[in-house]
Amino acid sequence: MQIIVNGRLIDVPTGITVDGLLMQLNLAEERVAVEHNQQVIDRGAFAQTVLVEGDVLEVVRFVGGG
Amino acid sequence: MEQLTIAGKSFRSRLMVGTGKYASLPQMREALAASGAEIVTVAVRRVNLDAREESILSYIDLHQYTLLPNTAGCHTAEEAVRTARLARAAGLSNWVKLEVIPNDGTLLPDPIATVEAAEQLAKEGFVVLPYTTDDHTVARRLLDVGCATIMPFASAIGTGQGLESLERIARIVDVVAGRVPVVVDAGIGAPSDAALAMETGADAVLVNTAIAKAGDPIAMARAMAMAVEAGWLARQAGRIPRSAVASPSSPEAGRIGSNATLVQS
Repeated sequence: MQIIVNGRLIDVPTGITVDGLLMQLNLAEERVAVEHNQQVIDRGAFAQTVLVEGDVLEVVRFVGGG
Repeated sequence: MEQLTIAGKSFRSRLMVGTGKYASLPQMREALAASGAEIVTVAVRRVNLDAREESILSYIDLHQYTLLPNTAGCHTAEEAVRTARLARAAGLSNWVKLEVIPNDGTLLPDPIATVEAAEQLAKEGFVVLPYTTDDHTVARRLLDVGCATIMPFASAIGTGQGLESLERIARIVDVVAGRVPVVVDAGIGAPSDAALAMETGADAVLVNTAIAKAGDPIAMARAMAMAVEAGWLARQAGRIPRSAVASPSSPEAGRIGSNATLVQS
């Protein structure tokens, strides 16, 4: 199925969780935050949050800034 | 030096620093250490899906620094609230440096949207440090909605032009009246600007570009720390009033070649 991550359409297995997505993106070890269809997800809920076709996600991290 | 307290948390340093614009992350880490700052700002951005990038968090010891995520780049209150929620969800800080800046050219804040977003975020339990103009009415509104500091600009972000108006910063200090710290943020170009902000009554100063883009950022970080401390001490000590009339520092009496005493006796 296809979902949108950071504005880009990507292919993921049906039934993938947020945890699974972060693994697929090589971000499992990163301190990231995730917004799922404009709702922020707690880190503790990454493993339980199942994604469906057309979901829109923002995956962010901290960078240098003032 | 008396400690700076924000939302019940105390700090020895009155200099906050940004982490943007450094030549490298190791240079940033060294500058942070030299600045003595305990509060450091970071931005929130999309993860790059094409290339793995080193994490800035590997260079910021979270036992030593309080992380202050910003909402830089947000044009509306809604975007700022979403960004703040994401920053908090990273699980490292519920503090947010609130920036709502609709114009990427001037980088001047939208005061109305800033107050709206601040009110929402304060209700959600955030410690809100809003970046604002030097307008004291806006400062008053931000206080009313529960902000933990007021952060008026010295001048526009990244310009290094120093304090545009000492009077307006002083008025904000008066209006806030010690209820929360006043942090002069943005536009500081040199240590003298930082010292002047502190002498004018600011409780702290936030600096990024003036350190990161200095010829030697590590030396400049140290200079900023010294200036902030000097300015704070001077404010506590109480400067003399300005006078239009000159007044000698050495005694009038006893100057050589004077016949005043002879004539009188």
